[in-house]
Amino acid sequence: MADSSAAHAEGHAHPGWQMYVIIALILFALTALEVGAYEVAERGISGTFGNFVSQMVVEILLVLSAAKFALVAMFYMHLKQDSKVFTALFVFPILIAAVVILALLALFVYNRSENGIWNLPPWS
Amino acid sequence: MAHDAALHPPTSTGLDNRKLAIWTFIGSECLFFATLISTYVVYKGQSLRGPYPHEAWTDPATGRVVERIFEIPLVTFGTAVLLFSSFFVVLSLNGLQRGKQKQFIGWLSATVICGLFFIGMQVYEFQHFVHKGLGFTTNLFGSSFFTLTGFHGTHVTLGVLWLATLLYLGIRGKMGPEKALNLEIAALYWHFVDVVWIVIFPVVYLMK
Repeated sequence: MADSSAAHAEGHAHPGWQMYVIIALILFALTALEVGAYEVAERGISGTFGNFVSQMVVEILLVLSAAKFALVAMFYMHLKQDSKVFTALFVFPILIAAVVILALLALFVYNRSENGIWNLPPWS
Repeated sequence: MAHDAALHPPTSTGLDNRKLAIWTFIGSECLFFATLISTYVVYKGQSLRGPYPHEAWTDPATGRVVERIFEIPLVTFGTAVLLFSSFFVVLSLNGLQRGKQKQFIGWLSATVICGLFFIGMQVYEFQHFVHKGLGFTTNLFGSSFFTLTGFHGTHVTLGVLWLATLLYLGIRGKMGPEKALNLEIAALYWHFVDVVWIVIFPVVYLMK
């Protein structure tokens, strides 16, 4: 019994199946919204709503994706109930990962610009 | 019981070392996938020749028109299946923790089947792309796409093997509530594979 007692040594009970069902339905709905936003932008649906979605599709997809990520991490990976040490072990690398992605994007976008190193003549 | 307690004595952190290890591993995997996603994103739209993911391309050598190669409905279905597999594995863990063997085995079987479906979807997709003329060295998109999704697919495959092993042990009656942590650790890995896809799906397939 050491395994199960160790697993719950911190006294954090995992949520019941009802909570898992609710989260699954939310995840499914968010995925449907992602594809819906993509389709609206893809088909160029006009009107206030269509124009808004087409212009903001990247931001909408990023927000929906972050929401799904957070839901899975909090409820299915039990970070909401488990020790904060596990949360730190997961969130800190994610922050570094985000910085790496943004830094590389900034570097490549700048260097492709007219002032960027890849566009300077070789003698400059 | 005394044997198990001797194997896993209380730790100085009060946390199970195996769980601490899997979270540390998952943390390192975040950085691994961040590099692959970064590479895909910085090379996005930089290919000098097709086929392209979102628009048609005419091959100048043959005059053949290659339609956009992404099949969004198929990948959306695969994404939903992977999301549901995360749901199934928590139900399986819930069953094992409460000593409900049928629930544990049933939901774990469903998880493994979903994982196999996802791998099948990816194999079909890769084959479809190669058939349309997109190989690993065709262009920047091909190289970065196959590297990113190929590594993810490898992780899914390892996860399926891990979960299938636990399923086999469960069917042979060697998985009881006292072994729930073994499934919890495998499930954490499986959820991680799922959250990586949650990022890959919109970034690679939906954003132009």
